[in-house]
Amino acid sequence: MKPPPFGYSRPESVSEAVSTLASLGPDGKVLAGGQSLLPLLSMRLAAPHHLVDINRLRELSYVRVDDSHVHVGALARHADVLADLPARTAQPLLGQALRLVAHATIRNRGTTVGSIVHADPSGEMTAVLALLDGTVRVVGAAGERDVPAGDFFLGPLESSVQPGELAVRASFPTLPSRAGTAFVEVARRNGDYAVCGVGALVELGDDGEVVRARCAYLSVAATPLVLDLSGSMGADGDATAAAAAARSHVEPEADIHASAEYRRHLAGVLTERALRLAHHAARSRAAHSRTAARPR
Amino acid sequence: MTQEQMFDVRLEVNGATCDVRVPARRLLSDCLRHDLRLTGTHVGCEHGVCGACTVLVDGRAIRSCLMLAVSADGCAITSVEGLTNDDGTLSPVQQAFVDCHGLQCGFCTPGFLTTITAGLRDNPDPTEDEAREMIGGNLCRCTGYQNILKAVLRAAEIAADRAIPGAPSEPNVAQSGGEQ
Repeated sequence: MKPPPFGYSRPESVSEAVSTLASLGPDGKVLAGGQSLLPLLSMRLAAPHHLVDINRLRELSYVRVDDSHVHVGALARHADVLADLPARTAQPLLGQALRLVAHATIRNRGTTVGSIVHADPSGEMTAVLALLDGTVRVVGAAGERDVPAGDFFLGPLESSVQPGELAVRASFPTLPSRAGTAFVEVARRNGDYAVCGVGALVELGDDGEVVRARCAYLSVAATPLVLDLSGSMGADGDATAAAAAARSHVEPEADIHASAEYRRHLAGVLTERALRLAHHAARSRAAHSRTAARPR
Repeated sequence: MTQEQMFDVRLEVNGATCDVRVPARRLLSDCLRHDLRLTGTHVGCEHGVCGACTVLVDGRAIRSCLMLAVSADGCAITSVEGLTNDDGTLSPVQQAFVDCHGLQCGFCTPGFLTTITAGLRDNPDPTEDEAREMIGGNLCRCTGYQNILKAVLRAAEIAADRAIPGAPSEPNVAQSGGEQ
């Protein structure tokens, strides 16, 4: 249960990190919070030749909100994002999901960007990025690129970050004024990997009708699965049909924790629960924005 | 790799500056136990599940088995050995574990003490649910969690009492642990 030997660098700047990673190519592996990587090393499931420790890159430890996005730097710990009130207000789904990411002790060290790059289909933040159509900025020797969530997750534990590249930030669109979100999951204990989890985003039109209803799913597919359920959501927030649609769409696999059939059942139950909560949140947010907009 | 490269690491452990020379793969937990002979930090699962190795790094509770010693260079670390008050008396959390019978075999205790110490700093007056959540990432296989839960709430009381200047120190045996 000890990691195998590896080389180690600890760059002091993003440019130094990128040039180190470029020179290492496929031999290099980025170490951020290490809350997924270190267990993999200790269990000898991974044996990278060289770790590039980015924990000195203070320039990446930010959480910033602008008009359209919440930007999370690669060294922002889950706990930092969760504690950031402007970020949670601009996009409530961040706080709703981060509460469910492992235990507080893990959130103190693990980074949000790191868990997205890790691309675990049971990770909450991968689902959040996918549901919100967020982007990840990746820097390499050739320059930087912004990868949309839809292109970012290639398979279980496989993202589109290439050898020699560093993911420097994730950007999550802020929540529109007539929209609401929710994140619910079932796990054996709080903080454990979810047997199934669902994030929901509901957007209302001017007359309070549902114009958009989307759900993202944990632990039921190889990559974060997003379903557009706009057509099957009732105007009053009734999500019974949407839950049935979700049950017929997901194709979960069985493992030691749950049968495929149980996961499918949970996907339906949690879809209904998440959509109802998100619809409720959208209604109160829309009412609030209407009050706020009224001339005095 | 014929000879592993070694790295000089400076840690401030429980207030004392410590210089160690370790390979990159040395876990912080092993550095504390083997290089610094601070065996109060216990190692259970070594992959971040049990919480026994929890220490405070720059004031935040983290799993020392999920951090490389070399990554901790320059950090201030508090292990269970550093929790006692400056005069050697027990901290509120330690005293509460005594009062409430919060430990039996003691293997998991260092991780609980450090986790709760940080948890009460963030939330000095937790509800029972919040106390339960606070210890949710730590495993105990013999005491049972009920007395540990009582100890969290008792520790909050002791800390609040001690914060009042001139208040009498807490009794040796608290009522909350009485129904054994």
